[in-house]
Amino acid sequence: MAYAPHTSADREAMVAAIGVGSIDELFADIPTAVRATAFDIPAPLTEQEVRRELTRLARRNRIAEVSFLGAGAYRHLVPAAVMEVIGRSEFATAYTPYQPEVSQGTLQSIYEFQTLVCELTGMEVASASHYDGATATAEAALMACRLTHRDTVAVSSAVNPQVRRVLETYCSGPGIRVVEIAADLAEEGSGLTPVDVAEATLDEGVACLVVQQPNFFGGIEPMAALADAAHRHGAQFVAVVEPTSLAILEAPGAYGADIVAAEGQPLGIPLSFGGPYVGLIAARMESVRQMPGRLVGATRDAAGRRGYVLTLQAREQHIRREKAASNICTNQALCALAATAYLSAVGPEGLREVAELSMLQTRHTVAALESAGVGRPRLSAPYFAEAVVRVPDGKRRHATLAEQGIVAGFPLEAAYPALQDCLLLAATELTTDEDVARLVDALEAST
Amino acid sequence: MSYPDDLRYSKDHEWVRADGSTATIGITSFAADELGDIVFVELPEVGAALKQFAAFGVVESVKAVSDLFAPVSGTVNEVNARLQTEPELLNSDPFGEGWIARVDVADGDELKELLDADGYAKLTT
Repeated sequence: MAYAPHTSADREAMVAAIGVGSIDELFADIPTAVRATAFDIPAPLTEQEVRRELTRLARRNRIAEVSFLGAGAYRHLVPAAVMEVIGRSEFATAYTPYQPEVSQGTLQSIYEFQTLVCELTGMEVASASHYDGATATAEAALMACRLTHRDTVAVSSAVNPQVRRVLETYCSGPGIRVVEIAADLAEEGSGLTPVDVAEATLDEGVACLVVQQPNFFGGIEPMAALADAAHRHGAQFVAVVEPTSLAILEAPGAYGADIVAAEGQPLGIPLSFGGPYVGLIAARMESVRQMPGRLVGATRDAAGRRGYVLTLQAREQHIRREKAASNICTNQALCALAATAYLSAVGPEGLREVAELSMLQTRHTVAALESAGVGRPRLSAPYFAEAVVRVPDGKRRHATLAEQGIVAGFPLEAAYPALQDCLLLAATELTTDEDVARLVDALEAST
Repeated sequence: MSYPDDLRYSKDHEWVRADGSTATIGITSFAADELGDIVFVELPEVGAALKQFAAFGVVESVKAVSDLFAPVSGTVNEVNARLQTEPELLNSDPFGEGWIARVDVADGDELKELLDADGYAKLTT
């Protein structure tokens, strides 16, 4: 559909029809002090001029040749089949259709996504997706508050700091208190969430304990022990997971997670500045009525044929209004479809290979830095595919390498003052031995 | 339509059967019919404190969701656990097997705020 702006005649007709003298009168209620009066907008440009200007701006982008940046978003191979599938015009919407049952294909794709999420997480029910991992985590915490009728959320400091910021924002509106459980970041420390500290923080007012696995530092948390601690105090255990890791690590359903939240980007969604990504939420069936977002169910029609419907909509805002389980029922159907296509393309063995290669290259990176004498692992716990390495004068050297097109991971000092000079390095199956050699050489040269 | 004479009724379509200091509460046949086939009931917890006319649970049908409003204040001492697996009892026998909760009544005078069967019949016609 073409974009057809109103003409001056259209606007005059509308103003006359509603009985005001001018468009400005519509804004009479807005105090003049906060009204924008003049807009300093440059003169219009021709298409060629716009193209030239954008090309000039794009040249200022610095594209990393070698990157060890992870910290919540990961560079993985996206098979061409994924883009082929999501490029089909039948799927060209980010939303659940407004007349959903007419779009059986879209509903089926969402149902398959939910099924894959349940298989990966070992949980009983999964939603049709959320904006991203951070909002999924925040929604999981709110869900725990509804389930327990409690209003405090305990979160490990080893949960991604950006995710914790979103969690705090979501909790600030309904007045939910967020308390932090400090990870062990002492010298020679594990980098993990201490079970005894969690135990001491939990009380009868805490709705849930939120722990990330692998945690922000890549470390493998004692999830079963932390889940037990949460359950001893009647709290829900919220596991924030990285989906690729589930090909190797125990499924959250097996260690007692009540709610699982995840960032689905590693599953076939390319890295881009700020998204779109996709959030996953899975839970136990007994909690389904408090689960946020949309949910597709399978059923049979009058003729006995399999069909798909949006189910349990009574939780949702268009029916329950302000009492809805969540007021964000928008899902990320296109990104969820990418994740579905990705998991179908790589299969269980392929996903395991991705996870194993990522682990292997991360270990190779850490070992190469250590043997070259430029860095040492800072935390003692076993890690998945991301590790914290202390590089003397790390912040400055990180900046120096960036100038050379090498991103030496994520500097941790700003978010974690205890981790001075520490870089969080992630490698994946796309990291080559040559990439590792370039990182080591550049760090050696930067002293 | 007529309603059982031994009950008191709220304008929110809940009934209460007082028996000494305890009372049984439920929803009326009118409410159940208006909601249609009921598929889920969120019951209060035993020990929960109810406040007269405030929401204490949720009833969900195939076409609507509605809060349950307490007809009297008090403390829940028993809930009808059968409703968790047989919510249809609210449709088939709302004044009997489909009772929702029993409460220790905090203030018997509150019953005076409620309608009798005739009053409720007038409200719903």
